[in-house]
Amino acid sequence: MPLIRFIQPDGNEAAVSANVGDSVMQTAVNNQIPGILGDCGGSCSCATCHAYVDEAWSGHMPTAESYEVDMLTCAMDVRENSRLTCQIFVTPELDGLVVRLPGSTT
Amino acid sequence: MTAEDAENTALIVGAGHAAGECATAIREQGWTGRIVMVGEESHLPYQRPPLSKAFLSGESTAEQLYLKPLSTYDKARVEFIPSTRAERIDRNAKRVTLSNGSEIGYTKLVLATGGRARRLKLPGIEAVEKLQNFHYLRTLDHVTHIRNQFHTGSRLVIIGGGYVGLEVAAVAVKRGLHVTVLEALPRVLARVTAPELSTFYEKVHREAGVDVRTNAIVSEFELDASGDAVAAVRCADGTRVAADLVIVGVGLEPATELAEAAGLAVDNGIVVDEHTRTSDPDIFAVGDCTNHPNPSLGRRLRLESVPNALEQARTAAASLCGKERVYNSVPWFWSDQYDLKLKMVGLSQGYDEFVLRGDPETRSFSAFYLKDGFMLAADTVSRVPEFVLAKRFVAEKIPVRAADLADESIPLKNLLPQSN
Repeated sequence: MPLIRFIQPDGNEAAVSANVGDSVMQTAVNNQIPGILGDCGGSCSCATCHAYVDEAWSGHMPTAESYEVDMLTCAMDVRENSRLTCQIFVTPELDGLVVRLPGSTT
Repeated sequence: MTAEDAENTALIVGAGHAAGECATAIREQGWTGRIVMVGEESHLPYQRPPLSKAFLSGESTAEQLYLKPLSTYDKARVEFIPSTRAERIDRNAKRVTLSNGSEIGYTKLVLATGGRARRLKLPGIEAVEKLQNFHYLRTLDHVTHIRNQFHTGSRLVIIGGGYVGLEVAAVAVKRGLHVTVLEALPRVLARVTAPELSTFYEKVHREAGVDVRTNAIVSEFELDASGDAVAAVRCADGTRVAADLVIVGVGLEPATELAEAAGLAVDNGIVVDEHTRTSDPDIFAVGDCTNHPNPSLGRRLRLESVPNALEQARTAAASLCGKERVYNSVPWFWSDQYDLKLKMVGLSQGYDEFVLRGDPETRSFSAFYLKDGFMLAADTVSRVPEFVLAKRFVAEKIPVRAADLADESIPLKNLLPQSN
C-alpha cells in the first residue's frame, strides 16, 4: 500500500498507508489527520481538504480540473502547489507522497 | 457493563453525518471514557447527498459512502451498535433504553436523530407504501431497492420537485428512463429559491427530456392487476401518469419524538442553545433534528444540511468536553444536476431586491437576494468563485448595490471593501 506523509504546519508528521483508488482526502479522514475535514464528501464543494502537494509528486497526478481551480479560490493561503485532496486519487506511483497542511482550513 | 463505565459515557443516539463526526470529535477533544454510538440503520454513518446522485447512478458502492471505515472508529475507541433504536430516555437515572432490551447509562447524551422522509398525506397511503415499486428516498437501503428497479426504458414518476426529486430526475433521464416529475406547487424548488431559478431548472430538465408538471397534486394511486405494484399515479385534475416506478421526495420530518417523550423542549426540532445544548444541560442535539439559534442571522432555524450537521457535531463535541464553543455558521447548500453545480449560501426569506448576474441561457450565472442593501443569500450556478465571494458578503454583512452586482464588467471581488 502506498505511503502518504501528512506534515502539519508545526512540522508534526503522520505517515499512513493508503488504499489505491481512495482519495487523499479520504485517506486523511480515515486516519483522522487534523486539518483535512472533507465536509462535502469529496464532491468538490467545500474546500475543507485543501493542502499543498510537494512538487516532486505533482507530475505523477493529473492536474486540477477547472472546477477544482475555481473551488480553490475558497481556500485560505492558496499557493502554486495547492490542491483539493479530494480530487487526488491514490495510485502506486504516489508511494511516498508528501502532503503539507495549511495553517487554517477554509 | 459496570457502574464505573456508566459514570463516564458519552452516548450518541443516531448514526448519520452528525453522529459520525461527533463520535470521533469527542475523542479528539479529550474524552477518556466510553463513547457509544447507536444507529437504527445497519450501516456505519454514510454520505447522504450521493444517494440521489452518484450512488443512484451506480458510480459508487455502499462502502464508498461511509464517512470513515470501522477501523477509524475502532482506533478512536467508539463503540458502534447498529440496527438498534433508542426507545426511551430516563433523564433522572441518565439511562437510555434500547430496542434490543438493553440499557446504557450516560454522562453526556447527544441526540443526532436526524429526520425521516415526509410521507404523503393521502387516504390509504399505508397500503401504497408497502408496494414493491413505491419508494421514499432518505436512506441507503431505500436507494439500494430503487437501484434494482432503475431500468432503461422504465417509466419513473417522481413526486416532489425539490432538490432530491430533481437530482433523481437528472440521473434517471441520463440512464434512459422515461421521467415525469409531479410538483404540487406552481413551480419546482419553490420552497428554496426565486421564481427565476425555478424557471431555469424547469427548462433544463425539460430540455433533457424530463416531463416536468407543476400544480400537479397527487390524489390517488392505481394498482396493477396483481395488486402488488403501482400502475399509475392520478392527479387531482384528473390526469393519469403510468408508472413502473414511483419515488417520493417531499421533504423531511425531524425525528424529535424521543426528545419530546423525555420532556425536552421541542418546537420544529429539538430546541438547543448556541452550544447545541438542549433544555437538559447533559443532553445535546445536533444536525437536521435541531431548532438552533444562528447569531449571524439573528434568529432560530432548523436546517437540513450536511455542513450544519458537521459543524454542530464539532460544537457539541467541544462543549460536552467542557470547551464551550459557539455555533455560528452561515448556512450553505449544494445540488448537482447534470453538468450544473448549484451552490447556495444564506437564506433568502424576506428579500426586497433580486439581482441576476449573467444570463441563465449560458448555464452559468448567479442570483443575489438583497435586503436593505445587504446580501441575504446567493444562488450560484456553475460559478464557484462568485459563491465563495457571496459567502463573504453574507457572513461579513458587507453592503452592496444591486446595480453593481448585475454589472458583469465589474469583477465581484472589486465590490469588497478596499482593504481586501
